[in-house]
Amino acid sequence: MKIAIVDYGAGNLPSVERALAKLGADTERAVAPGQLACAKAIVLPGVGHFGAFVNGLRERNLTSSLCGALDSGKPILGICLGLQAMFASSEEAPGEPGLELFPEEVRALPTNVKSPHIGWNQLRRVHTSKLLRGIPDDAYFYFAHSFAAPASAQYTVAACDHGFPFAAVIEHNNLAAVQFHPEKSGETGAQVLRNFVDSVP
Amino acid sequence: MTLARRIIPCLDVHAGRVVKGIEFEGLRDMGDPAELATRYNCEGADELVVLDISASHQGRGTFLETIRRVAEQLNIPLTAGGGIRTMEDGRAVLRAGADKVTVNTAAVKRPELLFELAQQFGAQAVVLSIDVKRNGDSWEPYTRGGRDATGRDAAEWAAEAVSRGAGEILLTSIDRDGTCSGFDCELTARIASTVPVPVIASGGASTFDDFLAVFTGGRADAALAASIFHTATQSIGRLKKFLAERGVPVRLSR
Repeated sequence: MKIAIVDYGAGNLPSVERALAKLGADTERAVAPGQLACAKAIVLPGVGHFGAFVNGLRERNLTSSLCGALDSGKPILGICLGLQAMFASSEEAPGEPGLELFPEEVRALPTNVKSPHIGWNQLRRVHTSKLLRGIPDDAYFYFAHSFAAPASAQYTVAACDHGFPFAAVIEHNNLAAVQFHPEKSGETGAQVLRNFVDSVP
Repeated sequence: MTLARRIIPCLDVHAGRVVKGIEFEGLRDMGDPAELATRYNCEGADELVVLDISASHQGRGTFLETIRRVAEQLNIPLTAGGGIRTMEDGRAVLRAGADKVTVNTAAVKRPELLFELAQQFGAQAVVLSIDVKRNGDSWEPYTRGGRDATGRDAAEWAAEAVSRGAGEILLTSIDRDGTCSGFDCELTARIASTVPVPVIASGGASTFDDFLAVFTGGRADAALAASIFHTATQSIGRLKKFLAERGVPVRLSR
């Protein structure tokens, strides 16, 4: 069985594939619900627009199988927009429901800071994190986003500040998500992906 | 917790090779793009930019192949551009493995292109490149590699471009480019204080002090340079250590 990388019709999948392949993980692009059902773990990468993203998932009938995979206990990793999509909604696409795994709304970064938040930033650890195991507290991660989920979200294990404190790493049972791009975060990012791959049975 | 200032090496690419433009002499070969990309990735570059300086339709396939080869070597972000005219051009560059696309001349001619790219790929993937010459007290954007004057003001164009969807500004001083006389910090500060998106300073980098100046007085979020890194006169690792010792937040490699 393979790690399924959800292909919703946009986004830079090759860099996620390449980063996982370097760790020896066997991946496939998943465009159909059946592929998610068969996978041993799921990566949900995302760039672009919240509305286009959740619609892309719905059009491919992937939302219910994602939730099914969550119930089955399979490790799931959301990246960037993949994290935001797990929330109820986003200011980026008012009226467009997300996956609603968490009740909060994703908000636009405020106007008193540069937006998009582009570049390498550090994290503030809130709880023990499986994904950040073995990574120094002052390590840098690459971010590129204009919207973010509030750090007050229940399962935030690491936060970052840019305009307001936002959720940088979320972990709850088999579900994990990161606002930064581990596939673009050098050796530090590779360690995050390695920790995820190691959690795959 | 601090957002680090970025050091960005740039590969100017022509016919699949990294080149340097030499006045009156033409192009000098600086090496293989994938090999240089590998070196910069290891040395602690925060990002890499690849620009197609021929920007011809005939050379498009070769350039996309270069992006693919470079992207394979990287675990840091990659920005690519040069001659991007349409959304399809942008899509091709991103599909080839770039995370962001830069546009310049085509956006001046048809600013809607910025909105279209941002709508499709997100503002974080759209970098507006502005080549600027100083005219007395003001700065004027030029297109077509510095050949055509636009008659506009650089700050005003930067602000419009951001309102139309640009998520970052790559700001090159034509006056300083290739002169090794340092970044135009006055220009950079002017644009950085005008727009609400990150500004990448480019043109004129020579010494470590030039970088320090553009990150302090110049208020740049990132600084880009090409030839000084290619020839290994300056190493990215030593540059970042120099900046860190002087209080500039940078990401140091382990």
